[in-house]
Parts: sequence; C-alpha cells; structure tokens
Amino acid sequence: MAETLIDIKNLKTSFSINNEYHAAVDDVSLSVKKNEVLAIVGESGCGKSALAFSVMGLHTRAKVEGEILYKDENLVNVSPRRWNALRGKDLGMIFQDPLTALNPLMTIGDQIGEAIFLHNSSMSKAQRKKKVLGLLDKVGISRSEHVYGQYPHELSGGMRQRVIISIAIANEPEVLIADEPTTALDATIQSQILDLIRELKNDMNAGIVLITHDLGVVAEMADRVAVMYAGQIVEIVDVETLFEQPLHPYTRSLISSVPSTEKHSQKLHVIQGIVPALQFLPREGCRFKERIPWIEDSEHAEHPELQEVKPGHFVRCTCYKNFYFPEDKKKGAY
Amino acid sequence: MSILRIEDLRVHFPIKGGIFGRTVDHVKAVDGVSLEIEKGTTYGLVGESGSGKTTTGRAVVGLNHMTTGKVFFEDKQIMNFGKRKSGLHKDVQMIFQDPYSSLNGRKRVLDIIAEPLRNFERLSKAEERKRVQELLELVGLSPESILKYPHQFSGGQRQRIGIARAIALKPKLIIADEPVSALDVSVQAQVLNFLQDIQKELDLTLLFISHDLGVIRHMCERIGIMYKGRFVEEGTTDDIFHNPQHIYTKRLVAAIPDIDPKQRDASFDIRQEVEVEWNEAYNKYFDEHGLAYQLQPISDTHLVALPERG
Repeated sequence: MAETLIDIKNLKTSFSINNEYHAAVDDVSLSVKKNEVLAIVGESGCGKSALAFSVMGLHTRAKVEGEILYKDENLVNVSPRRWNALRGKDLGMIFQDPLTALNPLMTIGDQIGEAIFLHNSSMSKAQRKKKVLGLLDKVGISRSEHVYGQYPHELSGGMRQRVIISIAIANEPEVLIADEPTTALDATIQSQILDLIRELKNDMNAGIVLITHDLGVVAEMADRVAVMYAGQIVEIVDVETLFEQPLHPYTRSLISSVPSTEKHSQKLHVIQGIVPALQFLPREGCRFKERIPWIEDSEHAEHPELQEVKPGHFVRCTCYKNFYFPEDKKKGAY
Repeated sequence: MSILRIEDLRVHFPIKGGIFGRTVDHVKAVDGVSLEIEKGTTYGLVGESGSGKTTTGRAVVGLNHMTTGKVFFEDKQIMNFGKRKSGLHKDVQMIFQDPYSSLNGRKRVLDIIAEPLRNFERLSKAEERKRVQELLELVGLSPESILKYPHQFSGGQRQRIGIARAIALKPKLIIADEPVSALDVSVQAQVLNFLQDIQKELDLTLLFISHDLGVIRHMCERIGIMYKGRFVEEGTTDDIFHNPQHIYTKRLVAAIPDIDPKQRDASFDIRQEVEVEWNEAYNKYFDEHGLAYQLQPISDTHLVALPERG
C-alpha cells in the first residue's frame, strides 16, 4: 500500500459569526496517499475550500481543531514560521482564479523565482533563472525566455494558470492542493490543464487533493473521491464505484443532476432546497434529511457515522439503504 | 416559419488611439454571422470566451449596435433604432449570466419584475402586484417574497427572478446568455428544467448562449459553433456531436470531460489525436488571418466552414 502523506483526523474548522463559532468543516477524517488524486466534491458552501485552506494553514481567523498529520507533525499547531517553511516547499497550492492569484506588478520570471528563492536562498541568480525557464517548459509554455520577462496581464487565462501551476510545483512539493483549478477556464483549456496536472502527478509522485464541483473533472482525474455535504464527508470511495454504484442520496442526487451526454433532453434531477447557511446547519442527525423529505425519518440514523459498507467504501447515515428518487416512484433499493 | 433570422451580422468595436483619439482599427467581435431559429425550438450558440457569442445575442436585443447586417424577427426587419420603436422589445427578452450583478440590489423584487410591465402596460398598483405574484409562483418562488431584496435569495432563486422578469411580458423569444454558468450543478438542473417547462407552456423560442457543451447538448435542437466572430460549424445536435467536421468543433467535443472514469485513457488519446490534427491542419481550416471560411452545406442540416474548392 502506498505511503500516506497527509492524515487528517477529526478536523474541525469553525468560523465566528456574531461571536459564536460554527463549524464549516465538522469532524472530517481523510488521508492522502502518495501518487494519488483525491477529489473532494460538493456544492458551494459544503466546506471544500475551508478544508483545503485548513490543510494549507491559510485561515487567519478560523478556529482549527483536530489533527492534520504530515510526516508525524501536526500542522494544526505549528508556528507561522514553520508554516512559511512548509508552504510552497512541502505543500503546494493551485488557486482557483488565475486572474487574481498573480501579482500584477511582478514579472512572471520574478514571481516563480521568488517561490524558489524563499526556500533556497543559496541558489545563484543564474541558476535560479535556469530553473524558472525549466519550469516554464515543463508546464508547456513555449517561448519561455520571452514569457519570463512578461507581466501577468500580457498572458491569457490558460497561460496564467500554467504559471500558477509552475509556482506550485517549483519546489517539488509532496502534496499539491488544487482548489477548482479549471473552473475559470474554457473547455479546451480546461482539458489541457487537467492533462498537465496528470502528467505532473506521474512525474513528481506527489499526492494531489483536487477540489471541484464538476463531476466531469472528477471522472477525468480522480483516483478516490470524498463527497462533502454541509461540512461532513458523506461518502468516500474509488472513482469507478462512485459513478457506477454511488450509495449516499447526496452523491446519487448530484450525479443525476448533471446533464449527461446520453440521456438527451430528459428531465434532470433537482435536489430540493439549498445548502443551509453555516449558522443554520442541522448539527443533530442526518444533515441531508431536509433535502430528501420523502424519505421517512426512521430511515435515518440517530447519530449518523461514516461507516465502511464495503472495503474502501465509506457512507454516512443509513438513509442510503432504502433511498429512491421521487420521480422513480417505486422503491428501488441498491 | 423562422421566428428569428440573422443575415450577415457584423458588430465591430472601434479601437481609439493616437493623440486625438481617432479610430485606428476595429475589433471584429462578430464578423458575418447568419442563422435562423424556428419557432418553439432552442438554438445553442457555443464558443470560447471572446468568440462573439454574447455580442451576437446582445446585438439582437439591441444592447450592442449592429455595424452591418440584417435581423428579421417574424419576417419584420429590425433596424438599429432607439428605444421602444416597435413591439420588439416586448417580444424579445434577455436572461443574463450573473444572477448576482444583473438584479439591482436596491430594488425590491416587486420593482424588478414589474419594471418591464411598467414600460409597456398600464396597470393599476393592485393589478401589477397580482401579476408579479403570479409570475413569482410560475417560477416557483413564494408570492410573499415580493417585498424582499435580491440579497435575501440564493443564486438559483435570483436567476429565477431574472427569468420572471424576462417572461413578464410574455415574449416570443428569449435570449439566455450563459444562464447557468454561475450556478452549482443542482441549481443548474433546476434552472434548466424550469426553462424547458416554461418553454413548453408559453411556446417560447430560446437562443441559448453557453460555453458548456454538456448543457447545450441537453437543451438545444440546433447548434452553432463560433470562433473569432465567425461560425465554424452549424447543424443539429446530432450533427455536431456525432459527426463534427471542422477541426475546431472536434477539439471542443473532445474536451468535454467524460463522466465515465473507465473512458479516461480513451478520451485522453482522442484529445491527443485531435490536438495533433489541430496543429497540423490549422492552415487547412483557417485563412491567412486565422479566421474561419464561409459556411458550406454538407447535408440538409449541416454546414461547415471549409475553404471553397478550386
């Protein structure tokens, strides 16, 4: 079995609203292994990004509890100084919006060079430039000499995203966190960037956490998938089982609400209601209950836990057992 | 009978330069687009950002000035005119992309939805209120929410307010500019289903502008693919997805993420093949300025931009 890089145990990230803390990430346990892509899926407001930011130590005001173990070091308690050494070196991050993640006043070469300099100040200027040019080649930017001296506004969205990826991988991190890396990009550029990330994964042997709401991206990229709803993980499974035999009602609802290429102009499934706001999250019982009101209360567990139903397949709550879509009318148990 | 016919539409924006701010060049955002939409159908306009799809839609509603070209709505020609000259503004409505910025945050839902009614119909306060409540019910929002403000709604609900505003005057044609791009999948499904329902109910024609081919495939009967202000291919949904002819279309279709993880390697290989072809055959499909050629029919329904033979 592959080596575990990051082991998250009972992570709880809370934000203060009106002087009361509400958990956006509520008791999440996960692990990321070497050379695997773990996708985290869910609607907006489910806590995906809050989870990623906790792992990167980017929260400034949130209360983070629990354990994030990276090489036996609990990242929850490390000092800002230690964070600066870890971030960008051991842990790299690809941000969502390539338009705002780059400094508009620095040349591309300087920005990538900075990431190298901060973790390896002994390297000479000439060596550093050589390394930056190598990185630009690696992420598929042709004419790297020319781009080296350019400013972000001179590049297209796809090119900027490549630059951001090159910054993230500048110090060969062991863990790469990609927060919606292609959401802001056109379809053709998206597929290029995804292919690039996959190539880099094979090259660097890194573990990648891919955060996305796009199930198409999940199907293309992930090895394992964690589905998040309202701050909790409701299902973890390998990607093939996720699409073939999803169990949790939320996962099944998500999958059937995607306009699939096969069932043209059939009705899409609609999940009733909305993800409740943070301060109104139901903290007791099954959090998805409100959105599947046709399922009887007795189907839900009183204290829903993430349980291993098959080897490697974890599902929360018991409501998946007799779940059916109201449009199917009859109870079709999985 | 076609409800909307566009002939050789061009929208050019001037680039000002020099000391006197003279026009030095033009950006040809839309450069010779022709299309026809049948009544009661949905036409999909696809392209990357910057391909001119939104500008085309906006030109039809009159939000962008047409440089040249003709637009016929129900066989009447639409000219570049000022406001409210014909019934056009009543019959053609628009749904905007971003439900967060397309609703005035300082107006109540009542005022937002009633605005088109106030422009075209003389209703008493009570009648107006009743109409707005009916519209809200039609889009699945509670009629009590007329006095709320947009920020009190979620993204999907806001988009429905935008839809309620668009259908307030019972238009014949709705131009939907990326109506679901800013929404989560579950909310997206809601809005798409709803658009289909309302289309049936009101016998609407939709011009659906999107960059998401999955959504386009789900919604549209006919599709036009734009690249740099021109059409590269036009045809039925089947033509475009099962028999794409232009290299640009092939590239777009190949880029759709496959929802089946088992197809991952296969679709990666297809993408690589298409990419090789794109690089090799680029000059065959585009002229010396990198623009698409004129559309040539290859079957009754299917048109592809290919160089003229000979």
